Amino acid sequence: MNVLEISNVTKRFGNLVAVRDVSMNVAKGELRAIIGPNGAGKTTFFNLISGFFPPTSGAITFDGRDITRLATHQRVTLGMARTFQITEIFPELNVLENVRIAAEVAGGYRLRPWINASEKAHVHRRVEETLKLVSLETKADRLVGELAHGDQRAAEIAMALALKPHLLLLDEPTAGMGDQETYQITQLIRRLHRESNYTIVLIEHDMRVVFHLADRISVLDQGRLLAEGTAQEIAANETVQAAYLGNAA
Amino acid sequence: MSAEQTRKLIVLAAIWLILLLAPYWMVPLGGYTALATRVLVLGLAAMSVNFLLGFTGVLSFGHAAYFGLGAYGAGLTLKFLAPSTPLALVAGMLLGGICGAILGTLIVRRRGVYFAMVTIAFGQVFYYIAFQWSSLTGGDDGLRGFSRQPIDFGVFNLDILSNANNFYFFVLFCFALAVAAMGFILRSPFGRTMIAIRENERRSRFLGIPVERHIWIAFTLSCFFMGFAGALYALVNNFADPRGLHYSQSGDFVMMAVMGGMRSFWGPLLGAAVFVILQDYLSSITVNWMSFVGLLFVMVVLFFPRGLLGVIGRSKA
Repeated sequence: MNVLEISNVTKRFGNLVAVRDVSMNVAKGELRAIIGPNGAGKTTFFNLISGFFPPTSGAITFDGRDITRLATHQRVTLGMARTFQITEIFPELNVLENVRIAAEVAGGYRLRPWINASEKAHVHRRVEETLKLVSLETKADRLVGELAHGDQRAAEIAMALALKPHLLLLDEPTAGMGDQETYQITQLIRRLHRESNYTIVLIEHDMRVVFHLADRISVLDQGRLLAEGTAQEIAANETVQAAYLGNAA
Repeated sequence: MSAEQTRKLIVLAAIWLILLLAPYWMVPLGGYTALATRVLVLGLAAMSVNFLLGFTGVLSFGHAAYFGLGAYGAGLTLKFLAPSTPLALVAGMLLGGICGAILGTLIVRRRGVYFAMVTIAFGQVFYYIAFQWSSLTGGDDGLRGFSRQPIDFGVFNLDILSNANNFYFFVLFCFALAVAAMGFILRSPFGRTMIAIRENERRSRFLGIPVERHIWIAFTLSCFFMGFAGALYALVNNFADPRGLHYSQSGDFVMMAVMGGMRSFWGPLLGAAVFVILQDYLSSITVNWMSFVGLLFVMVVLFFPRGLLGVIGRSKA
């Protein structure tokens, strides 16, 4: 069963065609990597999936439901969560408060003037679970804005996970990280995928990370889908090598 | 109980003790009870502005409109409808809050400077209505011919008209109700979504919060509090003034909030106290009192960017 089905999606900005007639299916439990040179339209593509703006044409289906015209927060409510290339967190709140807001919204309490003790306990449990999952449980009372970059990334992922999403979108999760931090985040994503069975789509520049993690890889170039396949297939694909890997090497 | 919680409880107890005893320590210090009453009312207004500015992160520069509407709502009720102080307060609160709720729908999609500009524009609309509609509002002269009424508790009458201390404690009671409601909301899951929006709108949206709807609710709530403060102000003066709706009055409220510390819950009350007491003292010496208040404001912003109370501690979510 496919969690995400994208059919012939195009996005124009004036004369620029940022995404051109792309189709893609992501199966339940799959980890899909999207790669491509700078300006290939990867982040625009992500923005279309998560509802930043609607596509010029084409359709997007999530869990069998047409979400092409839904607002971002509605897609999130249906079970889609994402992180950003530049970490988006609540810098002046501590780690626990950051994740608690996500857990409360996911619990359906966002408009509530109060929550009772059992609801509070439920939120608290989810926050603890999530913090443990990303190994931030010892830093729960630290201000997120004061954490190291890698920990901020982990906190952002924790906020996404607290939503219990059916689909996790990660935009360059290792951007701006050193080797050690990259390794830790890669291990985290691997655990989420292998042990917790999350369906994940990620954009990534670091080829080691991509080949280590991805079940399947989609290559975008100049807004078009250039190729799709397993890591071996993509590594052996000559068009991809010419357009992307060749340039990078 | 942690040391942090104990400290907070002590601070809270101290604040309420100072407020409860204000009539007794202000007079020996050269003040007068009515001044303390003004501080409470304008402090409540500044806290209402800050409910939006400090805790949702959107700057309304037209909040005096809802303050003024509250004042006219209370005044008109006392003058034309019924000589009842509680009814006047409810009417003022409803008038400010409902107008805020309606205009809020048109405002909440704007951000930053545009939000501020649109709030000024709508605020000025109300100012000119109050200014021009002389037959109802008294126009430039303001609305006169009403006064706060004694409160009938059945067994006894509370005289809040001629007894300044009684009136102070009545206003303090109203202030406590409003502030308790504010604090309660800010500690709720909804209140935490307000803080989330202040901290990072994009992240909030991607957590599934419909940001515009939540800003609208916060805006509306803040206008209800503002209307309530305005209604109290009409009772303080037995008078409602079109200048109470003017954007310069909005600016004063923002100044109080920023000066006191917009990230702290009590900051705006301190800001209002400094503003009102300085105004009272300086205006008896010079007509240019605003230059001095302005100078102080600039100094606070330069040296204590988080406001007078912001220096002491970070506000908790």
